[in-house]
Amino acid sequence: MSEKVLMKGNEAIAEAALRAGCQCFFGYPITPQTELAAYMSKRMPKMGRVYLQAESEIAAINMVYGAAGTGARVMTSSSSPGISLKSEGISYMAGADLPGVIVNITRGGPGLGGIQPAQSDYWQATRAAGHGDFHMIVLAPSTVQEMADEVYNAFDIADRYRTPVMILGDGMLGQMMEPVSLPEEKSGKTDKPWAADGHRNKRKKNVINSLFLKPQALEDRNIERFERYDVIKKNEQRAEMYLTDDAEIVVVAFGASARVVRSAVDRARSVGIKVGLIRPITLWPYPTDAIESVVDQAKKFLVVEMNMGQMVEDVRLAVAGRKAVDFFGHTGGIIPTPTEVFEQIERIAAEKGEE
Amino acid sequence: MSKIIIDETYCKGCGLCVAVCPRALISLDAEKLTPKGYRPAKLDDASKCTACAMCATMCPDVAITVVKE
Amino acid sequence: MGEIIFKRPDALEDTVFSYCPGCTHGISHRLIAEIIDELGIEGTTVGVAPVGCSVMAYDFFTCDMFEAAHGRAPAVATGIKRVNPDNVVFAYQGDGDLASIGMAETVHAASRGENITVIFINNAIYGMTGGQMAPTSLPGQVTQTSPFGRDVTQAGYPIRVVELLSELDGVALAQRVTLDTPKHVREAKRAIKKAFEYQIAGVGYSIVEIVSTCPTNWGLSPQDAFQWMRDNMLPYYPLGVYRDVKAEGFDNIHDRAADKRERLSCGKDEK
Repeated sequence: MSEKVLMKGNEAIAEAALRAGCQCFFGYPITPQTELAAYMSKRMPKMGRVYLQAESEIAAINMVYGAAGTGARVMTSSSSPGISLKSEGISYMAGADLPGVIVNITRGGPGLGGIQPAQSDYWQATRAAGHGDFHMIVLAPSTVQEMADEVYNAFDIADRYRTPVMILGDGMLGQMMEPVSLPEEKSGKTDKPWAADGHRNKRKKNVINSLFLKPQALEDRNIERFERYDVIKKNEQRAEMYLTDDAEIVVVAFGASARVVRSAVDRARSVGIKVGLIRPITLWPYPTDAIESVVDQAKKFLVVEMNMGQMVEDVRLAVAGRKAVDFFGHTGGIIPTPTEVFEQIERIAAEKGEE
Repeated sequence: MSKIIIDETYCKGCGLCVAVCPRALISLDAEKLTPKGYRPAKLDDASKCTACAMCATMCPDVAITVVKE
Repeated sequence: MGEIIFKRPDALEDTVFSYCPGCTHGISHRLIAEIIDELGIEGTTVGVAPVGCSVMAYDFFTCDMFEAAHGRAPAVATGIKRVNPDNVVFAYQGDGDLASIGMAETVHAASRGENITVIFINNAIYGMTGGQMAPTSLPGQVTQTSPFGRDVTQAGYPIRVVELLSELDGVALAQRVTLDTPKHVREAKRAIKKAFEYQIAGVGYSIVEIVSTCPTNWGLSPQDAFQWMRDNMLPYYPLGVYRDVKAEGFDNIHDRAADKRERLSCGKDEK
């Protein structure tokens, strides 16, 4: 690991992607992620890599599809409304089993929404990235260091499982500056016998395609893909467990809201409340194992998000009715304060006769 | 003798070759059906064929091979 | 015994085309395959199929192929070409794919001067979905979604694509051809071959618009469809070369663009 440099989240993602061997970047300006594209536009030409500002987010994701299909490591980034535009392209990538990294620096929604941070694209990322039966691996960093680390690994994971991978950040993480150790450069070149980059008369032709008109063929493709998803669920779940060993109240939060929750948990602990934080790092596959590990000991769960209540559904699914799950959140670009979260923890502790 | 060979795997009996042959040497075979149910083109008189290949030039199914003597 | 002077090109699979009898898609495919054979580029060619009747073009060519989302073939082609400029990349699109849903991608790939070759099949109708109005359907033309004839006061006027694109500095070659006679087929092949050669030489973006027929959805026999095309489409979509930078004396789009800038800044007339 190299020495630490102070970097803005959006730029740390870009730099880490380049070090992971990202060969192409196709993007379009949208607040609050434009610095990522601007950084790439400065660095990539000097590195002999491909940078292109596309005419729209739709064109960008289709350029990603094309480049990914030739076997290159490729990335695009956008924010909420732009991610909606990419839906069809993401579905095509999943249907054609193409690896690629898509960064969403979430802003308030729906519609044009706001430009301040939010976490209201959780459903979109984990449930409805595009039409059809598929999942996208979703990684949720919570610090600028994690923005770099997660994107650095995202390319490997995408290649390993031949699936698009999303980095679900938000405007706060994208804009803030923190010290980060940047990872080592790697070429990222792996053998991709399926890639369609011109057969050079040395192999059978390859076709990058998601159209399968024969129903059985399409079902078979879906079944095989879901078998791969089962492997991902088994191997790739990740969550940080903070002070959960003896926690009676378990707060679940990701990304920027987890930072706020951590402060609230520390304050609650200082007044004797046995509370802990589960911070999912993979939102898909959801870290159900982590939830399972505390469900017996916990008296109640509290989910804190910057939306109207999205991840709380996954927590409720994992808890399966065994314990109550409360929700607290703000949206529209408002970030909950540690005091607000602390008050929620206090309220729950009082309910249980904790104090 | 110049001639054309029509591959009935491909021929869909569209008639473009019939219309374009400058010597009207091709017709659709009224006696025969291809496996797909089309009336395939056939060369009626090879002795008059000059291998001009206009039929093959127009064939949308690349069903015609032209042999020049 | 005689010499075979015309046979199936190597760059076509042995698969029977899924096109209707007499559909000009088959002729276009054959011309592209002949050119791939003649230029010896099958190993470095990557084709991009559209959504439309030719959606399964990936089954018909022997080179590496992509299936693109509707309208996005130029963007997909851009991604492919930018990764490896040594590859010869072509996009094959119909009128809905290129001029309706994909118009932004079409205009921008042309404007960027992407070194790709775009083959545009213009038959004034949406074939695959059963004969609806296209952006290139003619005024008064009866289609499934213009059952009383295209009403220009509601649906506007058809788009002349090569004329539109010929205004852009990134376009090296923009030519309109057709396939109704052996003479026209040979002209079309020359145009498509030039489009591929320009790509290989890095001249800029090339588009060949092929005025085509749709016998099935026009409700005409293949021969009558050609006649309808001659009577109605060719007057609206005149054949010809709308941009050819090399014929104008330039090596590539950049030289031409620089010259134009020079002329405009000196207040000279645009050539």
